[in-house]
Amino acid sequence: MAERPEDLNLPNAVITRIIKEALPDGVNISKEARSAISRAASVFVLYATSCANNFAMKGKRKTLNATDVLSAMEEMEFQRFVTPLKEALEAYRREQKGKKEASEQKKKDKDKKTDSEEQDKSRDEDNDEDEERLEEEEQNEEEEVDN
Amino acid sequence: MSGKMADVVVGKDKCGEQRLVSLPLSRIRVIMKSSPEVSSINQEALVLTAKATELFVQYLATYSYRHGSGKEKKVLTYSDLANTAEESETFQFLTDILPKKILASKYLKMLKEEKREEDEENDNDNESDHDEAES
Repeated sequence: MAERPEDLNLPNAVITRIIKEALPDGVNISKEARSAISRAASVFVLYATSCANNFAMKGKRKTLNATDVLSAMEEMEFQRFVTPLKEALEAYRREQKGKKEASEQKKKDKDKKTDSEEQDKSRDEDNDEDEERLEEEEQNEEEEVDN
Repeated sequence: MSGKMADVVVGKDKCGEQRLVSLPLSRIRVIMKSSPEVSSINQEALVLTAKATELFVQYLATYSYRHGSGKEKKVLTYSDLANTAEESETFQFLTDILPKKILASKYLKMLKEEKREEDEENDNDNESDHDEAES
């Protein structure tokens, strides 16, 4: 997959945009600083992956999952990322659920659609407590799709 | 409906296939898989790693800027980043790829000064010859 060393770089344009959005308006980023941050980001990915993989191995799992990545953040002393990451994960799950339901609903009639929307709402509220259980359920479906 | 809610949470715009993360997932996956011990990664772990990388870039940039020297000039420089790697424990894993540049530049300056001294000595001997070599 990663045949050339450039394959391990992240796109500069995107990295620059993220930096600019994070810094106050009008701050310049030297070219060297940009490429340094980009390299740092690649190293971060590798470091996070390796930490997450340790957690997966401890759990005797072959597939990295969301909990492994969250545990990795704590291990790496990036606890501050955990809350925003959990929020992003919830948003992602809601999005996936939305997509799945949207395609199911195409086949169903409109009465059933309103039913499932109500169900969806209550399920979203339960999300916090059920997170881990949900994770395992979803993981099984996704493993096949991904690999 | 739930899709819309996700947009609000993440603060991204619509366009059907909206994204929670702006970094390309395919590239993040390639980097993750370049690690030999990793066999497979589920989609949630991939999305989270990409998101974490974004947070990391933001944090590294803002942290370095805040602690950096270029605040008056409104510029984020390489040495701000190298300082961060050296001084912050959290960012310590970056020291290898963000070596302190000050040392190198000081070294260069030292070399230059040495050279200048030599040049001055040589200038007394044969001025024109050396000027050409310089430029």
